[in-house]
Amino acid sequence: MTEPARLQSGGVIDRRKPITFRFNGKTYRGYEGDNLASALLANGVDVFARSFKYHRPRGVFSAGEEEPCALVETGEGASRVPTCRAPMVPLTEGLVANSQTGWPSVDFDLGRVIDFTHGLWPAGFYNKTFKWPSWQSWEGLIRKSAGLGRPLTEPDPDHYEQVNIHCDLLICGSGPAGLMAALTAGRAGLRVMLVEQAEHFGGSLNWEQYQLDGKPCTEWVEQVLEQLRAMKPVITLQRTTVTGIYDHNVTTLLQRGQDTDWRECFWTVRPKHILLCSGAIEQGLIFPSNDRPGIMLASAVRHYLNRYAVRPGNRVVVATNNDTAYQTVFDLARERLQVEAVIDCRETVSEALLQRLADLGTTLLTNARIRGTQGSRRIRSVAIEDNDGKRIGTKKCDLLAVSGGWAPRVHLLAHARGSLRFDEVSQSFLPDALPREISITGAANGTAGLEELLAESVRAACAIAGALGKPMEQPKPPIVTAAITESRRVSPANLDTTQPRQWIDLAHDVTLGDAELAVREGFVSVEHFKRYTTIGMSVDQGKTGNLNAFIALGALTGRPAGEVGTTTFRPPYTPVTLGAIAGRNIGEFYAPRRYLPAHLTHAKLNACFEDYDWQRPDYYPLDKESAEAAIQREVTTVRNAVGVFDNSPIGKIEVCGPDAAIFLDRLYINNILSLPAGRIRYGLMLNENGVIIDDGVCIRLNEDHFLVNSTSAAVSRIVALMEQWLQCEWPELRVLVTDRTSDWANFTLAGPRARDTLSALGTNIDLAPAALPHMAVSTGTVMGLEARVARVSFSGELSFEVNVPALAANDFLEAVLIAGAAHGIAPYGIEALMILRTEKGYLHVGSDTDGSSTPDDVGWGWVARNKSRDFIGRRSLYREANQAAGRKQLIGLETLDPGRAIHAGGHLLIGKDRSPPAETDGWVTSACYSPTLGRYIALAVLCSGPDRIGEILTVCDGNQRFNVKVVAPVFYDPENKRLEN
Amino acid sequence: MLRIICPYCGLRDQTEFRFGGESKPRRPSDPAALSDTEWAGYLFYRENPRGLLNERWVHSYGCGQWFELVRDTVTHELKRSAPLVDLPGPHQVSDD
Ligand SMILES: [Zn+2]
Repeated sequence: MTEPARLQSGGVIDRRKPITFRFNGKTYRGYEGDNLASALLANGVDVFARSFKYHRPRGVFSAGEEEPCALVETGEGASRVPTCRAPMVPLTEGLVANSQTGWPSVDFDLGRVIDFTHGLWPAGFYNKTFKWPSWQSWEGLIRKSAGLGRPLTEPDPDHYEQVNIHCDLLICGSGPAGLMAALTAGRAGLRVMLVEQAEHFGGSLNWEQYQLDGKPCTEWVEQVLEQLRAMKPVITLQRTTVTGIYDHNVTTLLQRGQDTDWRECFWTVRPKHILLCSGAIEQGLIFPSNDRPGIMLASAVRHYLNRYAVRPGNRVVVATNNDTAYQTVFDLARERLQVEAVIDCRETVSEALLQRLADLGTTLLTNARIRGTQGSRRIRSVAIEDNDGKRIGTKKCDLLAVSGGWAPRVHLLAHARGSLRFDEVSQSFLPDALPREISITGAANGTAGLEELLAESVRAACAIAGALGKPMEQPKPPIVTAAITESRRVSPANLDTTQPRQWIDLAHDVTLGDAELAVREGFVSVEHFKRYTTIGMSVDQGKTGNLNAFIALGALTGRPAGEVGTTTFRPPYTPVTLGAIAGRNIGEFYAPRRYLPAHLTHAKLNACFEDYDWQRPDYYPLDKESAEAAIQREVTTVRNAVGVFDNSPIGKIEVCGPDAAIFLDRLYINNILSLPAGRIRYGLMLNENGVIIDDGVCIRLNEDHFLVNSTSAAVSRIVALMEQWLQCEWPELRVLVTDRTSDWANFTLAGPRARDTLSALGTNIDLAPAALPHMAVSTGTVMGLEARVARVSFSGELSFEVNVPALAANDFLEAVLIAGAAHGIAPYGIEALMILRTEKGYLHVGSDTDGSSTPDDVGWGWVARNKSRDFIGRRSLYREANQAAGRKQLIGLETLDPGRAIHAGGHLLIGKDRSPPAETDGWVTSACYSPTLGRYIALAVLCSGPDRIGEILTVCDGNQRFNVKVVAPVFYDPENKRLEN
Repeated sequence: MLRIICPYCGLRDQTEFRFGGESKPRRPSDPAALSDTEWAGYLFYRENPRGLLNERWVHSYGCGQWFELVRDTVTHELKRSAPLVDLPGPHQVSDD
């Protein structure tokens, strides 16, 4: 194995530690310190990926997170990670990576046919073309040929961590500005967090050849880090990206693990102050065929050359509109590689640069631009013309280093809603108004020149320290030597807008032609332009292209770039793994399981549990009994003998105080004032819009002591609501609300033999119908336990709700089963309960009602009308819409064929042929097979339902159509005789 | 994510609180006396200003108390948080 493009010496790779890795099935060698891009470049690999839309070959364009071209997937199986940017993938032993676009392979991609027929595929093409018969019918085909990467199908096997932390100063970026600020603030005694997204601290000091205090700048970086690490309250994090700044400066970080048992760690930081030292990103240049492999940012060439000892090409041409690219010429010269030509679109360059170029013998073409490039798998030559389009000539090359100026990394500032302004000199967007507690220095602030940048950071850090109560003298920054004098001046783009195939977004394959079409179709606002062309909407978010694209938009619409503006940067700065956001809150840790107090006994009874917020028995199969058989047996047992149901999750809200009755009377549509002590009333609660929000029973234990049994799922909501009314509207009411749901277990004994069973347990409560009639409550002891016994029925049978202390739940349930054995008792679960209540037409709020249901809609309108006092929601019941005819109202349905199954969700259709698409007249809200009646029954809402009893309707139930008859919503014992036993 | 001062417990994270919307006038004492339009005004119409807004929050995972917060809707800057001692007067029916 040899690496044809690796230099013999130099760089910070460790040549004693070779690393073997695979890319697209071939084995390569790199070294410790390499990343995937540098190692592949060293091995002479040209094509990293195929482009998004045209499937054109793409190389590597940058050396950082801004990479738009070299997108690969790493790993295999469940650990595969799609859409990695090759320069951000550290090289590790055994790494497996693959190009993720290209079919059948990245080297020979059939999709290239799209490129040869590109005229047929303009911007907005999908939206315009694939409309017939529907987008859905084309979607599969399109997703196969476009798009980035394949999503994973298996659960993520990796582990993710999360950290929450406070600090005084969060510094984003550890280039010279960040390091200098961290050192200064750290010395002032601030709790500093220094965050660096790359593998190493130092930013540009890792790949530019500066001298600081007379030493190579990498040595200065080491010194500073040593000092920072010695400071206790300072935290330094590398491989960590600041992904977003949110309200009140809450900042999120994504840290990538290395030799850790977690893959990534998601930090939520609450800093008092944020200092952005995030640097700047070099921009590409727009010219025809500017997307070929071998075209690379000039700074990336220095990066690979100086840090990784990789020579990214042998015949180099440099094209630029600013001074910074000249450093690439000088750095290449140091490695004895002469640049063939420098193409500068400006009229003149400085004397100093002219002199240095002359010393090297490098050709300089000013007032020139690139007319086009040639080459298939890699650039082969460039054609050059002057700014007026007059042909100058061609140059052979295999590397074209480009620089289109620098865009400060102001993304995070924009997250925090700082504003930007367009700077004519540097042709870029610079920070304008800063939010409170955010500062920005260095290249991110448009500051050029290392010396000035270090001084600026010292000043900023001292100011922050002062503001946070730790004033200090300004220390002296290091002395800078051997840096080229940078001018911020960038020549505005000089575009030949007649050439369509100039890429303005490499990642999303958007060309100047697409931009021109967008403008022609009127998408000239920068936000519309972005969405129509999809520019800047790929994984790289246009980090190396947006600036030029917006300048191009200006050129196409005759507006200066400052007037065009820029799109809004939003979090995250780079993609964030969903697993990192979820952290440990997955699987069993997603939410705590709530167990019933008698869970152990249910388990012994072979209950099948289901999560209803609580782990509740769904049914109790005997031996090999099917679920269906078990459920039907349980229903029949309740109807004919006695069943026991664990109703412990039901709300047990105690409402106490002299004004408790007045308070509840305002919440219920029912008359609570008239409810005597020891009695119970079924009631509905509405919101102020008149919509039913809960049903349940209201038990008056004493004159000033109520127990509200709200639906189990609504308990915390109802308690919060009661508190809100008491605190915000009626503080004068002397009422205390306490949720005691988990203090009491609650068991329902239901069925004709319920009284016998309860008596057999031993109780001092008189259970005789006269002493404890339906809808009455009594307190006393059962089995010697403190107990509240309420005659309430959710099944239509004689029924006792027995509340005992939760700690006694297991003993009590076991005793009930023993006491009831002689009466044929069986435990029943939620499924049987739902059938029992459907047979009786008892409402299930949330199933049989929705966000529009009023009392009238469910047959309780008369209660509301009979109440003369105001209650929550009353006024809204008298609004026109709530009184209108044709409202969806609750009715019962019977299938004409009793054996025909019907399901909740089926639609009752109007219209001649009664098949969709058709207007719906209502829908089925609950449905079951009733073993009691031996037929299928359902509850439904139907327009003016109660007026239509007896009508035959068609229900559209999945793919089936069949007829049903409208009946009253009570199927069993409509006279309620069984309740009165 | 905001950092909110509960007037009873002090500075806490937003996750401990629940938002209760813009402070509104108290519930009309006799809703039946209101026209549909007036009732709709009480139910649905709010100022929604750009700038300082009085709003209600409840420290639901803390002391459970409702309180008033003044927030700048542009910057999220929190100006004042205070207990609900002085509830606004009953809903007034406007003339227009
Ligand atoms: Zn509190």
